[in-house]
Amino acid sequence: MSEKFDCIVVGAGPAGISCAYELAKGGANVLLLERGEYPGSKNVMGGVLYRKMMEDIIPEFYKEAPLERPVVEQRFMMMDKESAVTFGYKGMEWSKEPYNNFTVLRAKFDQWFADKAVEQGAVLVNETVVLECIVENGKVVGVRTDRPNGDVYADVVVLADGVNSLLAQSLGFHKEYKPDEVALATMEVLKLDKKIIEDRFNLEENQGCTIELFGDATKGILGTGFLYTNKDSLSIGVGTLLSGLIKHKIKPYELLEYVKNHPMIRPYIQGSEPQEYLAHLIPEGGFKSMGKIVGDGVIVIGDASQLVNAIHREGSNLAMTSGRMAAETILLAKEAGDFSESMLDLYRTRLMSGFVGQDMQKYKDATHHFDKFPHYFDEYIPMLNKAASQMFTVDGSSKWDKQKKIWKDIGSGKDKMKLARDMYRAWKVIK
Amino acid sequence: MDFKDYKGVWVFIEEKDGEIPSVSLELLGAGRKLADKRGTELAGILIGHHVKQLASPIFEYGADKVYLYDQPIFENYRTESFMKALLECSNKYKPEIILFGATSTGKDLASAVATDLPTGLTADTTELDVEEETGLLLASRPAFGGNIMATILCKKYRPQMATVRAKVMKALEREPGRSGELIEETIDLKESDIRTKVLEIVRETTKKVRIDEADIIVAGGKGLGSAEGFQLVRHLADTLGAAVGASRDVVEAGWIEHPHQVGQTGVTVTPKIYIAIGISGAIQHIVGMKNSGIIIAINKDPEAPIFDACHYGIVGDAFEIVPILMQQFKAALNREEVSHVREV
Amino acid sequence: MLHIVACIKQVPDTKIIKMNPKTNTMDRRTAPAILNPYDAHAVEEAVRLRERYGGKVSVVTMGPPPAVKAIKKCIEIGADEGYLITDRRFAGADTLATSYAVTKAIEKISKENPVDLIICGKMTIDGDTGQVGPGIARRLDIPPLTSVNKVVEINQTERTIVVHRKLEDGYEVVQSTLPCLLSVEKTVNEVPYAPFPNMLKAARYKPHVWSVDDLDDVDIKQLGLKGSPTIVSKVWAPPKPQGGEMLEGNPQQQVEQLLSVLLDKKELFQSKEGV
Ligand SMILES: Cc1cc2nc3c(=O)[nH]c(=O)nc-3n(C[C@H](O)[C@H](O)[C@H](O)COP(=O)(O)OP(=O)(O)OC[C@H]3O[C@@H](n4cnc5c(N)ncnc54)[C@H](O)[C@@H]3O)c2cc1C
Ligand SMILES: Cc1cc2nc3c(=O)[nH]c(=O)nc-3n(C[C@H](O)[C@H](O)[C@H](O)COP(=O)(O)OP(=O)(O)OC[C@H]3O[C@@H](n4cnc5c(N)ncnc54)[C@H](O)[C@@H]3O)c2cc1C
Ligand SMILES: Nc1ncnc2c1ncn2[C@@H]1O[C@H](COP(=O)(O)O)[C@@H](O)[C@H]1O
Repeated sequence: MSEKFDCIVVGAGPAGISCAYELAKGGANVLLLERGEYPGSKNVMGGVLYRKMMEDIIPEFYKEAPLERPVVEQRFMMMDKESAVTFGYKGMEWSKEPYNNFTVLRAKFDQWFADKAVEQGAVLVNETVVLECIVENGKVVGVRTDRPNGDVYADVVVLADGVNSLLAQSLGFHKEYKPDEVALATMEVLKLDKKIIEDRFNLEENQGCTIELFGDATKGILGTGFLYTNKDSLSIGVGTLLSGLIKHKIKPYELLEYVKNHPMIRPYIQGSEPQEYLAHLIPEGGFKSMGKIVGDGVIVIGDASQLVNAIHREGSNLAMTSGRMAAETILLAKEAGDFSESMLDLYRTRLMSGFVGQDMQKYKDATHHFDKFPHYFDEYIPMLNKAASQMFTVDGSSKWDKQKKIWKDIGSGKDKMKLARDMYRAWKVIK
Repeated sequence: MDFKDYKGVWVFIEEKDGEIPSVSLELLGAGRKLADKRGTELAGILIGHHVKQLASPIFEYGADKVYLYDQPIFENYRTESFMKALLECSNKYKPEIILFGATSTGKDLASAVATDLPTGLTADTTELDVEEETGLLLASRPAFGGNIMATILCKKYRPQMATVRAKVMKALEREPGRSGELIEETIDLKESDIRTKVLEIVRETTKKVRIDEADIIVAGGKGLGSAEGFQLVRHLADTLGAAVGASRDVVEAGWIEHPHQVGQTGVTVTPKIYIAIGISGAIQHIVGMKNSGIIIAINKDPEAPIFDACHYGIVGDAFEIVPILMQQFKAALNREEVSHVREV
Repeated sequence: MLHIVACIKQVPDTKIIKMNPKTNTMDRRTAPAILNPYDAHAVEEAVRLRERYGGKVSVVTMGPPPAVKAIKKCIEIGADEGYLITDRRFAGADTLATSYAVTKAIEKISKENPVDLIICGKMTIDGDTGQVGPGIARRLDIPPLTSVNKVVEINQTERTIVVHRKLEDGYEVVQSTLPCLLSVEKTVNEVPYAPFPNMLKAARYKPHVWSVDDLDDVDIKQLGLKGSPTIVSKVWAPPKPQGGEMLEGNPQQQVEQLLSVLLDKKELFQSKEGV
């Protein structure tokens, strides 16, 4: 029989690596299994890494991690066909240590982070697919990999295999997601000269900018787009609910092409060369579609447990925090020699009472809300653009007249009521 | 090392079943050009047993001299024995350049000799030139999977050595009666000095695919969709009496075996007619067939790079075009035959 | 007990190399580093021989520090030990300088545990020469056997080995004394999907890492760029071919034009059977 570990972590994404790191640091004998050629090789993310949750694991990681740029400016662009209303914030306090957040390329970052876990003593095995959990008497006791002599055993198995976790699903922890519970995101990394990036985005060296795109970026389908600056490349992507794509009969890469050619976006990316094309699912069902995350000898973390804050485009941070908390729980369980569901459930309790759970609860209605009321995207954003256009066009009419006209354009009294109600609702779900 | 002592261009002549393979003749053609440009002599170096009679074709294909080692110990090619002869000869006569075919024998021998001399050796050359004044050999070859070409020089050592790919250089017309100076050498080498023994030579009895010798090749690519689709290529080849070629992707898909692969990591071919069907025309494929007499491409993508490399192109679906072609070709040939018969 | 050394190299995966069309340079970042595919077969053959005759398999490579990854790949295949020689002074080596450095490493390995057999790959996909193997053999003054596609047997008492060397139209059966060096074809074996215990071993494995100073009797002049007689003087993209005549019309018409081209060469067809 193959050797036995204290813990096996399946999947070397932010969740799995964080968990393995903390476990190894706590003295556990941990095996981290990854199906890709190396951690990050197949992983996709627009690229904003949040400092705080990473620092909870490796303080001052930014001094050595392969990061792209610290983000000093965050813009939001409400797009119509040929116009956009943009607002944002840029602050120099974000350009210095300890920074706020960073753009990253996962292929580099995950590899570095995994190396750190290995330095702590985790054993990392790549290019190995976990086929299923080995269950004995209702308890998960190990995993079966696709390799000859491929069974490995452990006191506890952590599933960090990402969105759609087939492993958790096969344990009956959750159903297959419905098209309105997952978003499909496609993105490209576009190579562009460092100097050009800094000129176009009004940045200095070692400063980055993120632009979130709403409205026409997704042709009005519920979802968002993004454009982030890396060192010498840009990350551009769009993500929409799968159900939206199906309904509008549009292919994800067509949507990406559309954004790239949008007159508000094209000038930013002109002259760049596609370097990588990636597509990935994001769980967006939120709190409501979370399944079971703890069982006898098993814990589910990160995307695998549907931990994504759909509204604020977070994910890696929740993944890391859940990984860290799982590790802490497992170390306690190890001390107690008890890996039962009731012991491991401590993880769930702590997760749900911390910021992860609170955020998940808070935004629990968000996606569903916007999905139910698509006019936020296909009516209000164009309306906003029209209003801005009228306001800022100098044509001889007074601003007073303009406001009157904008107000009139919104429609009848009933429409105005509806707008007010919708705005209030939207504010409530995302605030 | 005084470069002035080093003169002349040498070609290592292979021998098989009493004949000189075409690659050696091609090298004599290439070597002749270099020697002429440098104003020096071209020599063949011939090692074997009972091979003396091959000296005259070497002269007829352009050499001015032949250095000959004809001893029983050279019955079979062995690295150690051949290397010792070549080293001795090179040290004695000091050639400026030595060319080898990039064959298994040529590469094996050249690598060993270059290490002992020592000198630089450029592998798998596809273009050769020489600087008239300095005698510097400009050996160019595809690099990094054929994506780029690189010219490689050996400035500080003599002789300069290169192995050269078969079928890329041109042999001269044979000039019957042309002769030159035969220099017979012997080497003092005992069987016990050689640590390897050839126990047996096995010629593969199954008819070997030699697409590099075919006059007509019908080659198919991934565009045929499946192993069944690829049958179309075999049928057309049958109809035309042609050999079957393939792109690497087809070989990797297992639709046909590797000896049929044309290109950089397959065979270089120079048939009179090359028909490429459903092949996109990647550079690695093109380098293997670009010297064919007439290149015909059938591909449904008008942008396919193969159309830049062909003489005649048809934009269309192979599954539509090829059956018509087979049918018309058969009909045309029958007409010819009938008229032929009538004439008789 | 045999001690077999396999020589391996980490190479950029030329299959997915991208060229920058403007500057004509390689975008190396797009090409991940892999174990030279031919060398995987060399290691696999060494492992199989160890399984047949007992003994030990060591792998050796000259390369930059990340080449540790290529060594780990070899451990996955089943090698026992790995040696990386890495030093700035090795940089820029051509085949002659590479064979010199690798030979020095093998000599050092041999001091602890005499080497009976060295196995190289047929060629590397970046260097693409197949010259390093025979070069090592010459430097160690042992017989090189290239194009090997089968190892028939090893006789440990007689200290001989019998192999098949691939020829253009068949193969020859050759016997050599040991030690000797083989360069193996891809057809020599198939590298199986590594079993999980090997993956674990590789994950934990730390190869021996040597610099020039760890090697004995090294002539610095023969290393790296300095020790390399060949230099790359020019790099360019192969010229794009010109393109030919497009046959227009419907399929019927296209075929008619094509046919007239073919029938211009009808002498080629008439001798053939099966028409
Ligand atoms: C386009 C896009 C943009 C995003 N932008 C952001 C952003 O800007 N900021 C942010 O914080 N989040 C973002 N996210 C979300 C973020 O990427 C995820 O939340 C985060 O990666 C989750 O980490 P994880 O470790 O749970 O899963 P993953 O990163 O998906 O890792 C799972 C790992 O498990 C491996 N694996 C899967 N199955 C198996 C198996 N059977 N055997 C072995 N290994 C297996 C996978 O190869 C993978 O390495 C974005 C997501 C997308 C798609
Ligand atoms: C180091 C290295 C060495 C290589 N060595 C070689 C080599 O020796 N030989 C080699 O061939 N390749 C080699 N390659 C691979 C080469 O780069 C290409 O990938 C390969 O040649 C593509 O094969 P293909 O043209 O069959 O397939 P594809 O590129 O997939 O092309 C298929 C073509 O078929 C067309 N098509 C599809 N359907 C139809 C239809 N119904 N009718 C007509 N046309 C159709 C398509 O338009 C397309 O152009 C090498 C690559 C590398 C990196
Ligand atoms: N840097 C290196 N270190 C160790 N072995 C090498 C190295 N380069 C080449 N080799 C070996 O020599 C063989 C032929 O390489 P090449 O001459 O580069 O085509 C390879 O398949 C390896 O076995």
